[in-house]
Amino acid sequence: MSLTFLIPGPLRELAANRSDVRVNGAASSVSDALSLLWSAHPGLRDRVLTERGDVRQHINIFVDGESIRYAGGLGMPVRDGAEIVILPALSGG
Amino acid sequence: MPIPQNITPQRGDVLLLVGTMKGAFLFRADAARAKWERGGPYFPGSAVYALAYDDRAGRQRLWAGPQSMHWGALLRTSDDFGLTWTNPEEANVKFPEGTDAALKNIWQITPGRASEPDTLYCGVEPAALFVSRDAGVTWSLTEGLWNHPQRPRWEPGGGGLCLHTILLDPTDANRIRIAVSTAGMYVTEDGGATWRPSNKGVRADFLPEKYPEFGQCVHKVVQSKQNPDRMFLQNHWGLYRSDDRGESWTDIANGVPSDFGFAMAVHPRDADAAWIVPLESDEFRCTPEGKLRVYRTRDAGASWQAMANGLPQESAFETVLRDAMAVDALDPAGVYFGTRSGKLFASADQGEHWTTVADGLPPVVAVKTAVV
Repeated sequence: MSLTFLIPGPLRELAANRSDVRVNGAASSVSDALSLLWSAHPGLRDRVLTERGDVRQHINIFVDGESIRYAGGLGMPVRDGAEIVILPALSGG
Repeated sequence: MPIPQNITPQRGDVLLLVGTMKGAFLFRADAARAKWERGGPYFPGSAVYALAYDDRAGRQRLWAGPQSMHWGALLRTSDDFGLTWTNPEEANVKFPEGTDAALKNIWQITPGRASEPDTLYCGVEPAALFVSRDAGVTWSLTEGLWNHPQRPRWEPGGGGLCLHTILLDPTDANRIRIAVSTAGMYVTEDGGATWRPSNKGVRADFLPEKYPEFGQCVHKVVQSKQNPDRMFLQNHWGLYRSDDRGESWTDIANGVPSDFGFAMAVHPRDADAAWIVPLESDEFRCTPEGKLRVYRTRDAGASWQAMANGLPQESAFETVLRDAMAVDALDPAGVYFGTRSGKLFASADQGEHWTTVADGLPPVVAVKTAVV
């Protein structure tokens, strides 16, 4: 299957300066899909996930426009051709 | 994003490493310390609680621990005074599998002794100590402290459960003292394998037992380089001195407007001299009477003198946080501190006179010094 990740500006330095990354491989969940992304660009992992494997508190991941936060988290299923967007959440002061 | 301004320090210059809630700054002056040039902001948007300068083994290396609200915290270095910074792919300080912990913030970076030029220590939140033996390439968790049976009973203070102070004994390479809010101080005498609480005489007003074995809210501890037996401690409530390397503590809140405060610095050559900034109550946490006053002792805490020449004395309700005060190694010693309102003050004469280095920085959380 083929998946496309959209990479936010602050992380593009760790993704060969690309705004989108296409990965190919087997993935039944967001967690699997992210593993494919880490294989291509290992530096992204620690920016998106904590050591415990949780998505960082102020990061949002959307699969085909739906936030994984409300759709099963990292276990949310993904389909062939899905577009996965990683975005910093609104936060700060 | 702002484009950082760069500085080019010359040999003998004094550097101030200033961490704020929205990035880091450098300030450079010559030995007269009269005119300051700014560098930065570096890591704009990230909180920088930990900064250090490592000049061992011929290095001129800056260390910073920026914490992005989004992307987490990691250690970054610069060998060209902030012109470029490393951006490691893998987070260099991280909790190993099995700890079920995740790094929240980096609170302290401490280069090792001169005799161990490739060793560095790092204090983090949740409270833990990391060490590197290869000049910061790899870091490992100090398991002896992490697995201490009392650790599950440590409680977070207002700033989180942080290991904020690391004191390397200058004459005993196996002895390290650390401080955690809110757990108190722990000491190792075997290089970190085992640790014991060391808080004898330090009060914990917020607990039913006022002098517990551990659990004190120690805000800052400093140790004299000239006489390592001499230490000073600014507690959540309480101002203390030790004459036995921290094994016991004596109250020295003599003539200060409050024994509450965060910041503290000790003279680089005079073990009897130290500086503090008392704050009013643990609810208000601002300078008493709206006057920004540094207090200095020159007799090991028997008495304290207000030093306010050049500091605002009207409507100055300021807060100086635990790591936001530092001294340099010059003679006379320079003293520096930053406020939560973004002001940075300097004294080139041990606090007798103060000048404003910057007014309008983001909230200052760390001030460190170096002589290049």
